[in-house]
Amino acid sequence: MTTTDPITAITAPDPDTPPISNRREALYFAVRNGKLLVGVGIVTIFLLIGIVGPFLVKSPPMEYVGQPMMPPDGEYWLGTTTFGQDVLAQFVYGVRSAFVVGVLAGGLAALIGMVIGFVAGYRGGLVDEILNMLTNVVLVIPTLAVLLIINAYLGVRSVGMQSLFIGLTSWPWVARAIRAQTFSLRSRDFVDLARLSGVRTGRIILREIAPNMSSYLFMTFILLFGSSILIASSLDFIGLGPTDGVSLGVMLNHANQWSALPLGLWWWFIPPGVAITAIVGALYVANVGLDEVFNPKLREL
Amino acid sequence: MRQYFGRKLLIYGLTFFVAVTVNWMIPRFMPGDPVASMVARARISDPEAVAAMQQYYSNLFGFDQPILAQYFNFWGALFAGNFGISIWAYPLPVSEVIMDAVPYSLGLLIPSILLSWFVGNWAGALAARRKILDNTVLPVGYVLTAMPYMWIAILLCWGFGVVFQVLPVAGGYSFALQPDLSWEFVWSLFQHWLLPFVSLFLVALGGWAIGMRNMIIYELEADYSNYLAALGAPHRLIRRYAFRNAVLPQITGLALQLGVLVAGALVTEIVFSYPGLGSLILKAIQNQDFFLLQGTFLFIVLGVLIANFVIDVVYVIVDPRTRAGMAGATT
Repeated sequence: MTTTDPITAITAPDPDTPPISNRREALYFAVRNGKLLVGVGIVTIFLLIGIVGPFLVKSPPMEYVGQPMMPPDGEYWLGTTTFGQDVLAQFVYGVRSAFVVGVLAGGLAALIGMVIGFVAGYRGGLVDEILNMLTNVVLVIPTLAVLLIINAYLGVRSVGMQSLFIGLTSWPWVARAIRAQTFSLRSRDFVDLARLSGVRTGRIILREIAPNMSSYLFMTFILLFGSSILIASSLDFIGLGPTDGVSLGVMLNHANQWSALPLGLWWWFIPPGVAITAIVGALYVANVGLDEVFNPKLREL
Repeated sequence: MRQYFGRKLLIYGLTFFVAVTVNWMIPRFMPGDPVASMVARARISDPEAVAAMQQYYSNLFGFDQPILAQYFNFWGALFAGNFGISIWAYPLPVSEVIMDAVPYSLGLLIPSILLSWFVGNWAGALAARRKILDNTVLPVGYVLTAMPYMWIAILLCWGFGVVFQVLPVAGGYSFALQPDLSWEFVWSLFQHWLLPFVSLFLVALGGWAIGMRNMIIYELEADYSNYLAALGAPHRLIRRYAFRNAVLPQITGLALQLGVLVAGALVTEIVFSYPGLGSLILKAIQNQDFFLLQGTFLFIVLGVLIANFVIDVVYVIVDPRTRAGMAGATT
């Protein structure tokens, strides 16, 4: 799980340097940035596994198909579990659900964080005070503990439901970061001009303020994407994963629960961990690369 | 400074209030009937027994009273230290079950958090702007940060416990021993503590190193660093000043990460069957012991709030600007 303080993990856009107006310039540096290429490459590989994989495996992930506890061989590339389930089938479905959680939960958290951050930063005053207090409260509450309680009471759990609650609890640092950015932008001349010409608040935020930090918003989403996958895997591991499917965390949970460790079934618990680490790590590395592309100060000379 | 602490305490008070309210609301307003599902899970067919159980659970939750009275009763019980009776460890009260587990969790959390914070910051500060070190610290840091806590725990457990068989992999001490103050028992405690500790230490390490490295680079570009360099100050001195400035956001970061670190400790304990709060939560979930689960939740929230406050106090000691009433702390 990430312990990087997410706020310092990406450099805030400098309000005095105009954002890259020239897409070509960003692209020029993007294709020459090793970190970005490696990160995007790894994520793409796993994305393909998640999209195509489930169509290629022969059986549903939880079905008992073969001999139990078989090491990887020609027929079952990743071996079988204690019950004779195909680990590869579980793996590809698990990778798919990791991406689903990342997109849904990360997207929702980014959306909430943006709305609260923009409104608090642009409006200021009492609205800001209240929203800021709310943000601070949610920031201090240990998220996973709340998720534990909610999921324990939910009898039937789905990937969508899980994403919903992860999204609802992981937005605070985004709101804070975006609030600070909006604060520095709202008294700029072009925003004043828009306000004087009678443009409505929502439109000012969407058309004048948001585009000035679009790269920042995108990077925030990537970080949320990664952290959502990690949170979901922890929940799954404790036994509060989706009841209607399989995920990488559920695989680890089953492996731990049904003595894969003492039996030495390494093919059961190594692949899901490698997948999570690779996806999340690649996202973080790609994020650093993106940061260098968008922020000229960070480019290597 | 009084204003600084006043504001902090207000936020913490509000957070505790929200946490307790959420805790109270979830069983009452979630879809489905918790009493019915608890009775159903007991798999009893005798209708009389079912009715008795329903009665019992309704009484426990106080569902027969008006909703507002239920809410105030909840707070009243809380201040009396009454979290209910555990179902898994029946008939022990939840508070007692939790108190038995807390020393194990704290014994894991406090050393691993502090040590990984210190070592991570040190490694990050050392690596910043030093090509060769940077090229090793940074990738290792990213891999460690991206690892799920339970997976690194599983790997360590498998490697040292199963393949090499040098360390025990389950429990807080050897099953053959009774808790007492003998050397044998302390040695056994230490052996069982080592792997979960190393596992927590390693995952948190990467994040601190990366954060510190980035902050140092940022500080070395600041005007005061350039000024010092222009005066001909030795590099060691400039780095020392940079470090003192860079460490402040890392302290704030520690406060922000507490929730994540505690969550990591919970899943790590589960892997090693370590008898702390994490294993309690697992037991509570497996046995549908909602009182135990909710008691543990409140306890974790309280612990995180107290730790946050301790960090605030440390921040005031470390950063003189907060003492002078100027802006400094951002949390």
